[in-house]
Amino acid sequence: MTGTELDGAGLDGAGLDGTELDGNALAGPLREVFAVELTAARGTCAGCGRSGPLAEARVYARAPGLVARCPGCAAVLLRLVAGPDRTWLDLRGLAVIEVPTGR
Amino acid sequence: MAGTAVLGRLTWRVADVVSAVAETASARTLVLDVPGWAGHQPGQHVDLRLTAADGYSTQRSFSIANAAAGSRVELTVQRVAGGEVSTYLVDEVRAGDQIELRGPVGGYFVWRPEWTDPVLLLAGGSGIVPLMAIARARAAAPAPVPARLVYSVRRAEDVIYAAEARRRAAEDGLAVTYAYTRAAPPGWTGRPGRVDAALLAEAGWPPAAGPLCYVCGPTAFVEAMADLLVAAGHAPTRVRTERFG
Repeated sequence: MTGTELDGAGLDGAGLDGTELDGNALAGPLREVFAVELTAARGTCAGCGRSGPLAEARVYARAPGLVARCPGCAAVLLRLVAGPDRTWLDLRGLAVIEVPTGR
Repeated sequence: MAGTAVLGRLTWRVADVVSAVAETASARTLVLDVPGWAGHQPGQHVDLRLTAADGYSTQRSFSIANAAAGSRVELTVQRVAGGEVSTYLVDEVRAGDQIELRGPVGGYFVWRPEWTDPVLLLAGGSGIVPLMAIARARAAAPAPVPARLVYSVRRAEDVIYAAEARRRAAEDGLAVTYAYTRAAPPGWTGRPGRVDAALLAEAGWPPAAGPLCYVCGPTAFVEAMADLLVAAGHAPTRVRTERFG
């Protein structure tokens, strides 16, 4: 690597320049926090009540964090900021998360 | 690391670059060896973290291209104009390098070999990568499920895995249909232009067949295709999407 700043322009892999991704991009950051996959879990938007898989949320990545928005009403569902040794999660926009726990 | 292993959380690990294989003029497959890799499901991805000399780091997600095979993880990367990460991965990384990686992740955009429904794979550009992983895993099953691939690209030279797609069409029973949105190859007699409802009706599955549909590519492509599938009568829960941005 050179010292060139990585500016993340364009469709450069998936992520990190404000381009619109989806909740699949949350999989890695959430797996640092939770021991289970959450992108297939169903979330209910605290704003409009719409529910769907977290993978279908609209995700925007701007340093330092990720923001997931409801695909229906665009309200913020969650914010995630990953620091060097901790992650902050603001889940106020998710009224309910439904996670399968059976086999 | 021991703590996270006990709790089942994932974090960064180091992968060794074993080799790099050119796929097209702008795409390359990196073959990585990840010690301790416990396998992955078709459709899953990894996050790569690159750190510059000045300490600045950035992350990108890349779909895993190969069906699970020991500690081998293959990533097919498309160079994007102006993209620092993709340019680095396609043009500079070489065998012997190491890359920080986190994965496998993804529990929604996955296909499981025990599922028996027909599969529609709908790829836009480099969105073909996780769909080819599904096609590869599907072919390895004792009784491969019926599968149709619709692959939209700008030009013929943009097609990744072209020879493999031809082989799978001939040998695995994978139906392959291309859409060329900018310039079709010479002698092309298929439908011109973008994937539309008529092409999907012809090259995809009818809703009555009960398929699982996987759509992957640029965000605008995925949105348009998902809308077409739902308009054609596929239940939204039968349409899985992954947007590359």
